[in-house]
Amino acid sequence: TCEYNYVLSCISCEPRVLSLQNILSLILFLLPASALTTGIYMIFSTKPEMATQEVQPNETLTNLKAESDTLKTKLEDERAKLHDVELHQVAEKVDGLGQFIMKTRRTLKGHGNKVLCMDWCKDKRRIVSSSQDGKVIVWDAFTTNKEHAVTMPCTWVMACAYAPSGCAVACGGLDNKCSVYPLSLDKNENLAAKKKSVAMHTNYLSACSFTNSDMQILTSSGDGTCALWDVESGQLLQSFHGHAADVLCLDLAPSETGNTFVSGGCDKKANVWDMRSGQCIQSFETHESDINSVRYYPSGDAFASGSDDATCRLYDLRADREVAIYSKESIIFGASSVDFSLSGRLLFGGYNDYTINVWDVLKGTRVSILFGHENRVSTLRLSPDGTAFCSGSWDHTLRIWA
Amino acid sequence: IRHYVMAQTNSYRQSSNGVADESPNMLVYRKMEDVIAHMQDETNGIPVRTVKSFLSKIPSVFSGKIHFFIVTVKRLEALHLGTLMAAHGYFFPISDHVLTLKDDGTFYRFQTPYFWPSNCWEPENTDYAVYLCKRTMQNKARLELADYEAESLARLQRAFARKWEFIFMQAEAQAKVDKKRDKIERKILDSQERAFWDVHRPVPGCVNTTEADIKKSSRMKQPHKTRKSVYGLQNDIQSHSPAHTPAPEVKEPTEEEIRDQIQHWQAQLDRHRLKMSKVAESLLSYTGQYVEYDPFFTSPEPSNPWISDDITVWELETSKEPGQQRVKRWGFGINEVLKDPVGREQFLKFLESEFSSENLRFWLAVQEVKKRPIREVPTRVQEIWQEFLAPGAPSAINVDSKSYDKTTQNVKDPGRYAFEDAQEHIYKLMKSDSYSRFLRSTFYQELLQAKKKVNNWLRRPDV
Repeated sequence: TCEYNYVLSCISCEPRVLSLQNILSLILFLLPASALTTGIYMIFSTKPEMATQEVQPNETLTNLKAESDTLKTKLEDERAKLHDVELHQVAEKVDGLGQFIMKTRRTLKGHGNKVLCMDWCKDKRRIVSSSQDGKVIVWDAFTTNKEHAVTMPCTWVMACAYAPSGCAVACGGLDNKCSVYPLSLDKNENLAAKKKSVAMHTNYLSACSFTNSDMQILTSSGDGTCALWDVESGQLLQSFHGHAADVLCLDLAPSETGNTFVSGGCDKKANVWDMRSGQCIQSFETHESDINSVRYYPSGDAFASGSDDATCRLYDLRADREVAIYSKESIIFGASSVDFSLSGRLLFGGYNDYTINVWDVLKGTRVSILFGHENRVSTLRLSPDGTAFCSGSWDHTLRIWA
Repeated sequence: IRHYVMAQTNSYRQSSNGVADESPNMLVYRKMEDVIAHMQDETNGIPVRTVKSFLSKIPSVFSGKIHFFIVTVKRLEALHLGTLMAAHGYFFPISDHVLTLKDDGTFYRFQTPYFWPSNCWEPENTDYAVYLCKRTMQNKARLELADYEAESLARLQRAFARKWEFIFMQAEAQAKVDKKRDKIERKILDSQERAFWDVHRPVPGCVNTTEADIKKSSRMKQPHKTRKSVYGLQNDIQSHSPAHTPAPEVKEPTEEEIRDQIQHWQAQLDRHRLKMSKVAESLLSYTGQYVEYDPFFTSPEPSNPWISDDITVWELETSKEPGQQRVKRWGFGINEVLKDPVGREQFLKFLESEFSSENLRFWLAVQEVKKRPIREVPTRVQEIWQEFLAPGAPSAINVDSKSYDKTTQNVKDPGRYAFEDAQEHIYKLMKSDSYSRFLRSTFYQELLQAKKKVNNWLRRPDV
């Protein structure tokens, strides 16, 4: 009872004026002694300096580290030298965009829990979506009919993808795997029976994508790696190491000739990879928190990212730097998913504040804010012919916007 | 009407490695708390007052017309952000369990910092049971349990049947203490406590803002900061939730890793970079060129299926007769003709009519190999070699000697990329030679003019 009394007296301080004294006594009481220092640091800074038992690094290591840092600074200088103008300045000569009328044209209801991922079929109307309750559903989004449904043996199916032929879908999540299900024309056939396990990671599967063929899948994982797999044999064709933390997203370059893709991770880095060699050929680190989504600009010369720091950014591969930031003071929740319109003029961003913000890519301004979802927007993709985009949300629904 | 520009995010909190270690949730909480601080500012903040209502007083409230204090030009957006902040528990309507911000005259109260989500609350069901039990002991109509709360209490009674006596005692003790407190203070505290539970045990149908993205929650960096016990009760449950694994120790990079890093920086430095002005022009020109193909800018002919429910435009695309707009697009660059199956077909047709199709057929064959299962690759590679590159090949292509030598080597141990160099060389040839001939040919020009339609002028989507 006396504990409760104390707690009450702490809570009931005049809420507008919580003095430092009050905060201190509150924390002093509630935290165990060992965490005391941590508690106080919590007010003043965000990270307590953890005293690490460090062995003194030897000479070579220190010198190497210094060399590495010098090169990094030099690189930043080189990049900065070519920054002679801002994108939005050059874009001043382009006409501004008027009001867009974008509405929800279809609402797909049927998932029993949070929608986590979706992908379009090349036929421009079918989609596959996956959810926290383990269900993967294939829809004809045009008619809103469900055509296939699979129940995965795990919850949190965070990734799904449609095969280029339209004859199969891939999915995975907390099971650390990516599995491929051929889609049968016979609706009664049990899809789960034909399941093929392709990828094996050591942590959750965050994203997957077929390359330009049904025979290869590219995956990213919470184990910090990306990997390319041969679907038929399950053989690992190439692995990609370089992220220092979970990889959350990936996107293949839209080129007929190139073999590259970009990935984003919890290490705040966006890496561009050579699929053939497994090498990281370019790296960008300007976000202040996890990168949840990456998507190529349609020409393949640039890509956009969406992050928990509440910004979306544009990186150009030829300039080798970040070239635009899409943000607003009133947007404080993270961006979970991004995609471009067909011409690259618009960037659609799904956010954790339940909204979709539409950005003018060239001018850097926000063109529209779309309300409708009743919980976080977790996934967003433009349809293959650019006539609409689909958003999936924690509110269990998917919406088609045009 | 006073408009406020939100102060720049307190940099002291985010710089100096603060950002590096803040989990995504914390980032958002800090930003919301900045807004709260602004709203609670002594001089410029929202006036909080005691309102006289019928026979009693309502202490410490502010009216719902506060959206001006949340920075943004659009009212709808401000209300939405305000609703989110209420849903996270930073302030709450005094007469509703449902946490939203409405722009009517209803009253709201600030939540005490003790209950802020940034304190990493994960209250246990035992605490919730004590709370609900305590509520039933208070003989006030306004404190009566809502239906969903009564259901929860019944469930908890079943679940905690064995320790219910203990829970009951706690509730009783707390109720006793509460009775002795100042009436006004009680009102405020009760509402704040209720609002806390509205966040952590929301009304069915309302969003539970404490739900976390499992990808992020499994990375909780400071599990000892998690607060599970609201009332200082002893818990026999472990203090760390099983979902929280301690963050891996940040390892010092090894010598090899640093050497790799140095190599990486060096390779980056050697890269050829373009000036921003050039890059910007290129982005502008690409967008400008494709805007007439972008359905968000130029309505497709005859209509956008999603808007009109008419799928004619999709039916037209599957027909073998390419429309004029589509043919025009092939002229933008060789990639456009290569990625459109009809374009590829027409390009091939043209080259065959000139008896010069071997380059394109080679290129297509190599693309195909990369799409096959790995098992089929060695055979296919041999087939391609025989057809296009071997001495006396029926469709001999001309490759520079360097690529030829490399390819000869590759074919001995055939992988998916055996023909990469040769393919690159052929691609450049096609781009400069075959492709330009194609565009200039009567074959292509006739296709371009085949359907004499009026051009689509750039216009707004027709809704």
